[in-house]
Amino acid sequence: MEVLQKISEELQKGNFKEVPKLVQEALYTGIAPSKILSDGLVAGMDVVGERFRMDEIFLPEVLISAKAMQAGMEVLRPRLVETGAKLAGKIVLGTVKGDIHDIGKNLVKMLLEGAGYQVIDAGIDVPIEKFVDAVKINRPNILGLSALLTTTMPMMKEVIESLIEAGVRNNVKVMVGGAPITEKFAKDIGADGYAPDAASAVVKVRELIG
Amino acid sequence: MLIIGERINSSRKEIFKAIESRDEGFLRQVARQQVEAGADYIDVNAGAFSENEEGLLAWLVNIVQKEIDRPLCIDSPNPNAIEKAMRVHKGTPMINSISFEENRYRGIIPLAKESRAPIIGLCISDEGIPKTEDEKVRVADKLIHRLADDGIPFDHIFIDPTLQPLAIDSTSGRMGLNTIRRIRALHPEVHIVSGSSNLSHGLPSRKFINRAFLLMAMAAGMDAAILDPCDPVLMASFKAADLIMGEDDFCLKYIQSHREGKFKGFS
Repeated sequence: MEVLQKISEELQKGNFKEVPKLVQEALYTGIAPSKILSDGLVAGMDVVGERFRMDEIFLPEVLISAKAMQAGMEVLRPRLVETGAKLAGKIVLGTVKGDIHDIGKNLVKMLLEGAGYQVIDAGIDVPIEKFVDAVKINRPNILGLSALLTTTMPMMKEVIESLIEAGVRNNVKVMVGGAPITEKFAKDIGADGYAPDAASAVVKVRELIG
Repeated sequence: MLIIGERINSSRKEIFKAIESRDEGFLRQVARQQVEAGADYIDVNAGAFSENEEGLLAWLVNIVQKEIDRPLCIDSPNPNAIEKAMRVHKGTPMINSISFEENRYRGIIPLAKESRAPIIGLCISDEGIPKTEDEKVRVADKLIHRLADDGIPFDHIFIDPTLQPLAIDSTSGRMGLNTIRRIRALHPEVHIVSGSSNLSHGLPSRKFINRAFLLMAMAAGMDAAILDPCDPVLMASFKAADLIMGEDDFCLKYIQSHREGKFKGFS
């Protein structure tokens, strides 16, 4: 489908003016919204994520592609809701208490939304109770915790322990990430998954949700 | 213009490996090289070691001071790590850093007051990193006043405008320079410091950005920099800027650097 290919290409170029127009065009020609999402927008964002991981493109270029993705989603979202297109899963994200870093988390959010997931962003400096409540209320498939400081990493363990205490630990898979986080740390604190960067995070989410 | 040598930072791969394997000789050499290249303070950071940051930071202070006769800049967000490191430090170190975040301020101010150490203050509050110039200047101003009220002399305060990478916000450079100018105007006696590589994070060909920022920030009123003094081009640019800013009577330092061959071997 040529227009879907064009959507992917223009998204990769970060053309946030052109992408919504092309999405509109694709809708007019009768292509299913879910297909526009998967084969147009997500396909483009997957390439962007991969190229970023390979150091072929840089952060600002990822951000403008994400902007193009958002612009496309503005047009597509109402039509997706209409047709009841199923989103691939639900994820709650947040940066732990004491930590205000969010660039990585925001990137993960954009890439996950790009991949067709529903993302609830709890924000930064999130208290433990707020994470537990978010899991109880939203019943997400995945809770993603972010920390960029070695002093706030321990909070991740406390969140997991609070989920156990609240009796909801088994209802959700917990993923952790951030510059000082390692695979070993994730295992040690009882997390279900870890990813070293945003693009890998999407891959891991897919793996965990199944 | 104060130079703080940035190389002994555990977020750098080779330094991480050296700390992990307790390669004292290598780390001492890195410290010596920075001092020979003109560093006034040597920054030490073990933050990448979440499990034993406190022990490793104190160890770093100990071994580096065996090699060089300069004060260290103790770099950690953890008050306990700073405290342990300060106990081992001979003489008065610089504390890197305090901020306007309540817990961090309360945790670090007793160390600053007791030691009378110069201290770097980050423009971050409990509301996060300020996104506008006005907010940044406001947080800087509040932090300076609070430190002064707690008995820290202006001459010991080093304000860091805490710049976001350009890759995230391409107005961050302009905002940073304006913030430096305004803080300088509001508080002529306070020092202003910045890392030379914060702005270029996430971009390719970072060297030129780092260099340009150093010079522009110096012109705007920054009088201390955290950088790699072993980068000869950066140091050459710095020396030229220092001269242009009128900090080099009779241009003697610059001429001396020329005679020492500091401007040779690159263009």
